Amino acid sequence: MSAAAATHAEAGHHDHAHHEPGFIEKYLWSTDHKMIGFQYLFTGMLMALVGGFTVYAFRMQLAFPGVAVPGYGRVTASDYNALITTHGSVMIFWVAMPVLIAALGNYLIPLMIGCDDMVFPRLNRLSYQIFLVSAVILMASFFVQGGAFGGAWTAYPPLSAKAEYSLTGTGSSMWLLAVALEFVAFLLGGINFVTTVMNSRAPGMKMFDVPMVVWMIIIASILFMASVGPLVAGAVMLLFDQNFHTGFFDPAKGGDPVLWQHLFWFFGHPEVYVVLLPAMGIVAEIITVFSRKKLFAYKTVLYTAVGTGVLSFFVWAHHQFVAGIDPRMANVFSVTTLLISIPVAEMVFVYIGTLYGGSIRLTTPMLWALAFIGEFLIGGVTGIFLGAAGADIYFHDTYFVIAHFHYTFFPIAFIAVFAAITYWFPKMFGRMMNETFGKVHFWGTIIPFNFIFIPLFVLGTRGDHRRIYDYRHFPDLMKAGMQDLRILATISLLTLLAFQVVFLVNFFVSLKKGPKASKNPWNANTLEWVAPSPPPHGNFPEGLPNVYRGPYEYGHPDRAEDYWPQNVEGA
Amino acid sequence: MQRPIATTRSATGIPTGRLAVWWVIASEIVIFGGVLGSYLMHRLGHPEWSHQSIHTNTWAGAFNTFVLLTSSLCAVLAHQAAEAKDGKKAARFLMFTVLGGLVFLIVKSFEWSHEIHEGFTLTSNTFWSFYYTAAGLHGLHVIAGMVIMLIIMPDVMKNKELQRVENIGIYWHFVDIVWIFLFPLLYIAK
Repeated sequence: MSAAAATHAEAGHHDHAHHEPGFIEKYLWSTDHKMIGFQYLFTGMLMALVGGFTVYAFRMQLAFPGVAVPGYGRVTASDYNALITTHGSVMIFWVAMPVLIAALGNYLIPLMIGCDDMVFPRLNRLSYQIFLVSAVILMASFFVQGGAFGGAWTAYPPLSAKAEYSLTGTGSSMWLLAVALEFVAFLLGGINFVTTVMNSRAPGMKMFDVPMVVWMIIIASILFMASVGPLVAGAVMLLFDQNFHTGFFDPAKGGDPVLWQHLFWFFGHPEVYVVLLPAMGIVAEIITVFSRKKLFAYKTVLYTAVGTGVLSFFVWAHHQFVAGIDPRMANVFSVTTLLISIPVAEMVFVYIGTLYGGSIRLTTPMLWALAFIGEFLIGGVTGIFLGAAGADIYFHDTYFVIAHFHYTFFPIAFIAVFAAITYWFPKMFGRMMNETFGKVHFWGTIIPFNFIFIPLFVLGTRGDHRRIYDYRHFPDLMKAGMQDLRILATISLLTLLAFQVVFLVNFFVSLKKGPKASKNPWNANTLEWVAPSPPPHGNFPEGLPNVYRGPYEYGHPDRAEDYWPQNVEGA
Repeated sequence: MQRPIATTRSATGIPTGRLAVWWVIASEIVIFGGVLGSYLMHRLGHPEWSHQSIHTNTWAGAFNTFVLLTSSLCAVLAHQAAEAKDGKKAARFLMFTVLGGLVFLIVKSFEWSHEIHEGFTLTSNTFWSFYYTAAGLHGLHVIAGMVIMLIIMPDVMKNKELQRVENIGIYWHFVDIVWIFLFPLLYIAK
């Protein structure tokens, strides 16, 4: 039986069983990978608003200490702790992870490998539901006795282990529970992703015919699976320390607080690459399409991604140079940390090689992809300072660190995601986004972004410590225009936040009123563009595609068209 | 819900369910690796913990090792029966496997209540914290395996979904192997 017939039979069966799926069945209880992808996407967008609001409140406090923040009120010291903790946790665990991996992975993987769904659709649904519960628990922790957890997103004990230090007993446990549940959700999702890509690729799709973004999500899922275990174990131990007064992390009882740092960063550093690799994959898809050129070195990108993944397990202690680890160990970890910049730099070179000689189209997604390369580069280069143990001792816990990891995470979690949303929007919702609004939003985001974090780099080099709530108590840190730089950063942040309204308006208006998108508006090769926009349940109503070539055959000299879709037959 | 076509494909030649079980085990290995790694690092730094571990009941642990290994044998026999398409026999051997798990848990609960009675509780020393956490986490996996076997048994008995016998068997061997690590680390090392 042909695949098309199967899909028709399924559709027919569907009509008989229930005429029109109800709201709950369609939007909340669906097992369709596309709908689950949207659930993750919209939950992630909502959480991004939470992350944005928290940063607004505490940046206002830093620039204008003691003044009531419009829309929030006076930020007390414990509010401040809860706000920075929530900002960090939400942006990494409830925005970057769900949007980059879960939303895009769910939406794109079955479409790009040419099948009708994930291999375990109900497991997929369960994974989102667990994720949703974790988000609800995190948000609920704002309303319990003592408020939300205030021990920073890294949750170092003893601050996180003892309620008498953090003053947020219930909040800490809820935070930990939320994080642990979120990990369970992504473990289920990751197993589903990896199994799907291993087993359910379209006939003819070999290992090196898989689009780069799919590869990257798979490598990221495996990295996540291999690194999160110790932190799950650590979370159980920390929960016991908090609630049953065990002493895993308490030296007075024979435990060790630095153990948590090892468990946390053994996960935490691969985690950087868990989110970086999918972003790199998105950029690879977009720059090939919009420079109409084959990816410069497909296998190099793939091998360097694997190399980055392997190396990322041997760098974690660079977070602990000042935590009292053996200086000889610090040497080793300095070397591994500097080494990891090589494969990442190689990927950037490959992308530049792809652009070279291409016929570049500066559409909105392409602008975002190019900006990703440039901005992430700044994040990578400043990482060298922090990876070298000697320099890190000075820079540790200053705003230099903050600026550095925002130059990596902002490009990952926002620039690459905006690239992805603007690129796949026509496929997802069947309508085109507005290019002018898109470009206004682009420049309105990129320029303020740099004006937030360049001042923070400068502040960091002047020794500005990152865990201070009110700088008026530290006259040394108020000298020579330092407060002016903080105000500049905060005003730039306000500008950046204001420009996100442009995006939201563009997104929701285009969703309803944008011009209808064709099947393949960008003339791209990968299989998702074979399906109708938006793809129906089952994805490919004309039958599941076969694959005859790699995903990046642009500008082939023997063809009239400058693209050659993967599913088109012919040598 | 109808099964998507994706679920029926097998580009690697390995059935999808078995492939997924292996990935589950891969992620479980790192979870137990985290607990045991932390324990080992602590243990090396605290030679005085041997004064605590001397109170664990090595014979009970040895008996439980024997019980778990026997239950794993039953899981293998169940798989063999499933390969021969004999669902009834496979279900019977699965039942023996579940019984093995049950005996394991009963012995464990006697052990623990004795130790708690003697005053060695979760909080009395970090050795005991590790002892209860690691073995407790393992116990939860034993219970999960038993529950899954009971859930799949009715279908297996009707000769349906026989591949599940192998999948749960792989998982059960993993739970067994974790215990093989826990037993010397928590009981024998004095």
